[in-house]
Amino acid sequence: MPTLTYRDALNQALREEMQRDPTVFLMGEEVGVYQGAYKVSRGLLEEFGPKRVVDTPIAELGFAGIGVGAAMGGLRPVIEFMTWNFALLALDQIVNSAAKMLYMSGGQIRMPIVFRGPSGAALQLASQHSQAWESWLAHIPGLKVVAPATPADAKGLLKSAIRDNNPVIVLEGEMLYNLKGDVPDGEHIVPIGQAEIKREGNDVTLVCHSKTLPVAQKAADQLAEQNVSAEVLDLRSLRPLDEAAILRSVRKTNRAVVVEEGWPHVGIGAQVVDLIQRDAFDDLDAPVQRVTEADVPMPYNKHLERAAKASPEKVVAAARKVLYLNGD
Amino acid sequence: MATKVHMEALSPTMEEGRLVKWTKHEGDPVKSGDTLAEVETDKAVMELVARADGQLLKVMVPEGTTVPVGNVVAWIGKPGEKVDGDGAAAPAPKSAPAPEPQKRAPSAVRSAPETPPQPAPIAPTDATRVKASPLARRMAKEAGVDLKLVQGSGPGGRVVKRDVESAPATEVQRTAPGALRTPLEGAPRTPYEDVPLTQIRKTIAKRLAASIGPIPHFFLTTEIDMERAAEAREALNKQLGEEGGKISFNDIVIKAVALALVQHRACNAWFQEDHIRYWNEVHIGMAVAIEDGLITPVIRNADLKSLREIGAESRELAARARSRRLKPEEYTGATFSVSNLGMFDIDQFTAVINPPEAGIVAIGSIAAKAVPEGDRVVVRRRMRATMSCDHRVIDGATGAAYMKTLKQMLENPLAMVL
Repeated sequence: MPTLTYRDALNQALREEMQRDPTVFLMGEEVGVYQGAYKVSRGLLEEFGPKRVVDTPIAELGFAGIGVGAAMGGLRPVIEFMTWNFALLALDQIVNSAAKMLYMSGGQIRMPIVFRGPSGAALQLASQHSQAWESWLAHIPGLKVVAPATPADAKGLLKSAIRDNNPVIVLEGEMLYNLKGDVPDGEHIVPIGQAEIKREGNDVTLVCHSKTLPVAQKAADQLAEQNVSAEVLDLRSLRPLDEAAILRSVRKTNRAVVVEEGWPHVGIGAQVVDLIQRDAFDDLDAPVQRVTEADVPMPYNKHLERAAKASPEKVVAAARKVLYLNGD
Repeated sequence: MATKVHMEALSPTMEEGRLVKWTKHEGDPVKSGDTLAEVETDKAVMELVARADGQLLKVMVPEGTTVPVGNVVAWIGKPGEKVDGDGAAAPAPKSAPAPEPQKRAPSAVRSAPETPPQPAPIAPTDATRVKASPLARRMAKEAGVDLKLVQGSGPGGRVVKRDVESAPATEVQRTAPGALRTPLEGAPRTPYEDVPLTQIRKTIAKRLAASIGPIPHFFLTTEIDMERAAEAREALNKQLGEEGGKISFNDIVIKAVALALVQHRACNAWFQEDHIRYWNEVHIGMAVAIEDGLITPVIRNADLKSLREIGAESRELAARARSRRLKPEEYTGATFSVSNLGMFDIDQFTAVINPPEAGIVAIGSIAAKAVPEGDRVVVRRRMRATMSCDHRVIDGATGAAYMKTLKQMLENPLAMVL
């Protein structure tokens, strides 16, 4: 199986879907001539031409709206935001138009559109450019939200997103684009709404997604040295959430730690905890713990930024707590 | 900002404390953990310690003042620092015997805005509620394990998965009333076992309590021949010789009372409203007269201790009880008590049960008496012991069987080494 970077896996998904379906087109800032701010669209302008790889002005609300109109007219637009921080300007189109069109047209108008781009903190991009938006986006009925953590999932989920007849949010990450991994050639589809166990374990479930997958995996390595067998469950899709997979794992391990990039208040982890406490109550041996970003605007200072992020050490500490290994 | 020093709840039942003595004075440097003052609680004289570093800026209450728990008694801060609301922060302290100020209801005094929040009260734990994780609850139910018998290792004693896994399922069967006579040697390793009240016990408890106060006492007196105990004591003390630490009759009685309880677990119990807690450990409360009352320091696991250990411990506890220096954990948690007025030349008396214990043995003086032996009369050293029983827990025959064992132990001290 070929080894690809996350960015090339996304590129492959875009190319294959554009080859397969002539209604698919890519639009956003710097996607064409510059080949993408993060080179996700490398070679696409050359292959598909300026009608299908469209450079836009710096006008997120505008090109998101053009995408919504194109989807209403029967095309399958892929809208790239240079980062989801900039997509805040386009939220009216995403939330009020894309997410509601099928419902408010009484099922007459489909909305096969993809909004994608990097989300969450990278390195020292400061408060305004380091935000993880998944809990905002997953809050909205009418949207689907995926957050692939590996190159293979990036390819498989983007292909599913492009083929879906509903608006799908794809959350990528600046820190993920260089990540390498095995990616199946050709028709590799990861269905939306399926979590995956990335590492089997028996003592505690570490629920994670996107950039917190490597955090959870490192934590699981450290826990293994302490004779704790941690199961790493990658959510992959945040809406719909694979509730069955979460419950299955927690019923096996009896303990859970939810790791996420966003802020703690009303975060994705809160949703996961809500599910576990309600539907796996009798299987729980300890209150579920959460590891999140600190509840502050992301600091620019390198050390403070590191301290604010979820880390393997924080995950290990939370896991020891649910295992009653901290002596408290 | 300066830190307030509050009157703290230094015993579980303490509502106010009398500031006996300031051991630090205004201007003294203090470190967290330093003793600031001696405080007399409802039970003992305890130390009030600093919770902050700095200088003792201001003392708000003079020595000898009684202060409700939670009130500010002093301030700690940086030298020269202004104390918040200097002087006004402390509500009028009341002198020792005076009743609560008349202006406000007692509760209003503590909730007045200028008073600081009280530390969380130390609520007595409800003996009937077991904290357990949902999983532990389910596992215990499926495995037939009584959670009340499982020692929880989680926070606050929460029973968690690993505790249920290591608890033998058979323990639940020991709650059967028929097992009550089981000697402690064969008992489970948990410190006690809670047995729910049966209907007949509930009825006995209700009817007898209605008849004779909340604890329906009844009394069983027996006269014990102490001749051989006295001989044994003399021989032992002779052997100890110059080593010191002589064995007293009281030590022998405590040991015998404890060993007899091992054989009669039904008397080593606490009445707990909807269940009876049968203890697998024997902790003997020893009534000690002090200047203005009475306190019962506890000799823990008295059944497992030697006479010398009991003697040394009881002397040490009694001395500290008289100087009111006992810690709360040293005068609580007894499973049974002994009260000895023999040294006051009392022939026999009835002692009042110290709840939640179910029994106490009152020991009279040892006196020479003429007793028939066969067809002649001999002079023997005799002692009367009277057991007070809580009839909700102990029935007449149960108590009598216990007293019989106690009598046998004392009349044949060698039985104690069996």
